[in-house]
Amino acid sequence: MDFIFYMGDVFTPVNFALLLLGTVGGLILGATPGLSPTMAVALLIPFTFQLEPQQGLILLGAAYTSTVAGGAVSAILLKIPGAPANIATTLDGHTMALNGQGAKALQVSFLASAVGGIFGVLLLIFLTPVLAQWALAFGPSHLFWLAILGVTVIGTLDSSSVVKGLLSGCIGLWLATIGFDDIMGAQRFIFHSSLSGGINVIPALIGLFAIPQVITMLTKGRKDSGAEVITVQRHPIGAAFREVFSRLRALSIGTAVGSIIGLIPGVGGQIAGLVAYDQSKKFSSESEKFGKGHPEGVIAAESANNAMVGPSLVPLLTLSIPGSPTAAVLLGGLLIHGIFPGPDLFMNYPAVAWTFIDSMLIGQILMCIFGLFIAGLAAKVARVPHAVMAAIVLALAVFGSYSVQNSMGDVYVMATLGLAMYFLERFGFSAAPLVLGLILGPIAEANFIQGSMIANATVGLGPYFFTGALNWLLIAIVVVSIGYSVWMELRQRRYTTKDDAVAKEESLT
Amino acid sequence: MTDLPRTQHIIASGLIAAVGVTVAYISFTQEPAQAYLFPRMISSVFAVLAIWTFGKALLGRTKVGNGLSAEAMKNMLPGLIVMLVYVFWAAKALGFYTATTIAVFIVISLYDPAPHGAAKTWIKRIAITAGFMAVMYGLFALLLNVFTPREVFF
Repeated sequence: MDFIFYMGDVFTPVNFALLLLGTVGGLILGATPGLSPTMAVALLIPFTFQLEPQQGLILLGAAYTSTVAGGAVSAILLKIPGAPANIATTLDGHTMALNGQGAKALQVSFLASAVGGIFGVLLLIFLTPVLAQWALAFGPSHLFWLAILGVTVIGTLDSSSVVKGLLSGCIGLWLATIGFDDIMGAQRFIFHSSLSGGINVIPALIGLFAIPQVITMLTKGRKDSGAEVITVQRHPIGAAFREVFSRLRALSIGTAVGSIIGLIPGVGGQIAGLVAYDQSKKFSSESEKFGKGHPEGVIAAESANNAMVGPSLVPLLTLSIPGSPTAAVLLGGLLIHGIFPGPDLFMNYPAVAWTFIDSMLIGQILMCIFGLFIAGLAAKVARVPHAVMAAIVLALAVFGSYSVQNSMGDVYVMATLGLAMYFLERFGFSAAPLVLGLILGPIAEANFIQGSMIANATVGLGPYFFTGALNWLLIAIVVVSIGYSVWMELRQRRYTTKDDAVAKEESLT
Repeated sequence: MTDLPRTQHIIASGLIAAVGVTVAYISFTQEPAQAYLFPRMISSVFAVLAIWTFGKALLGRTKVGNGLSAEAMKNMLPGLIVMLVYVFWAAKALGFYTATTIAVFIVISLYDPAPHGAAKTWIKRIAITAGFMAVMYGLFALLLNVFTPREVFF
């Protein structure tokens, strides 16, 4: 029950103020169309440099939680999902708003988000120590396979094409090798002086997530979004409470689906929302009302996309394998403070780990309270023109990248990677596996070299990396994830893919 | 799956294949070999997958990726030019704050749907730029103490 012991740390004046700031800021950022949670967290990282590690993580964690929930505001009032995770919310939420139930839809969405989110964080609290204990037995070969597993699972499950997903992962792994080799000190792939120190993760993350969105906003030209914000009428909060808790089936389905999907690396919130919506519709006694402004649609979608937040951090905190792009960004936030997550995290930095997790739990409650009261304000922010948003994000990306090491080289790397990623995305490549490759590349290489040395002195390379139950299990998961994705692709992916989600988002916006 | 012209996919995957093959070539020819052990593994897979993708594009069997429409390219071009000039030249040559002020103002003016003829529009654009830059200066120069290149004005 360590999490109770460290709960008090969340309420120190600075920590609580940061939690409030992250929550309110996240709600506003989330409500802004075009600002994804991953991008919001990536842009916030430079602001955490001067903070203590746990303070920085509290800010980033609160922003992550609230941006996912805040995305419901623009989904409901503008029919533009604030984040891909809110696509399913649009289906019934916006219709409710059109029917004069905008306030009710918002309240129901924040309450369902809080319930799902709290359940997800509780899963994080109880699963993490168990998995961390188990992970202590991992040696270099297991950590090598885990890193490869992280890249391949996200590469195959998060992408519309298995080959392109794996190729993105390879590009990320290659980018991670740029710079000086740790063992021999040799220069590798240094084509420009900006690359002499290797590719710094934070500018790369900012570039890969922010710049493609800036360019996407620019491609819309001078067109007005045409979206009209629906005015919100007053609605008693008590009635919204009764509404949410009287629809326990949708709430349970959303929470369960979100939690399970959150645990699977690479399957994002947009999938969680859509699958929960679909399942909730199937099991509902009022399935014919779905799509016509049914609160159950909002409850299922919102509880699911917030329930996945906590579990998506389990692989990160226990195995140092980020389960989602946002978790990868959070890993970057940890690394800049010299903290390396993994099985040792809870022994070496218990205060940092538990305060961060506890803050996410409290953050869910704050998110719900603030969400219920500032939804109207957030809706105004949702109307910020894309021209202004593109200019602001671009400037923040430049300043944020520069401030990492006070280096123009980082700015060049950020812009180059971002520009390349935009074009890669247009041709079916995905940023998530590339980022995972970039982050997990050094882990994979270090453990491969270390494992090779042990292997050469003992049983030999083959037996060391390819025998043992754990090695076999990890290799099997790599093979199964690739095989499953290939099989699904051959069957023309008759299930909800990221492509479906993106297509749905594009059609909505 | 997509009606995207095949040439776009061929060019994109061809470039990636060229990068993949170059990386593999460098990995297998550079010394010391021990330093390139891991890159050799990665680049082998990279090159094979990149050539596979290129082959599929050549055969017109690419199934994912919407490519770029002419309208999207036309819309993004002015903003992209501003972005490239800002990042790769102006930020260092003019100083971060001066360059950012100019870049933000140009991007907002280029992409704001409000009519260019109205004086109110320009006042709004100037106010947004000034307000945002004041926040940026407060955050980065005063709060975070980031010393950015300052060549012109501030």
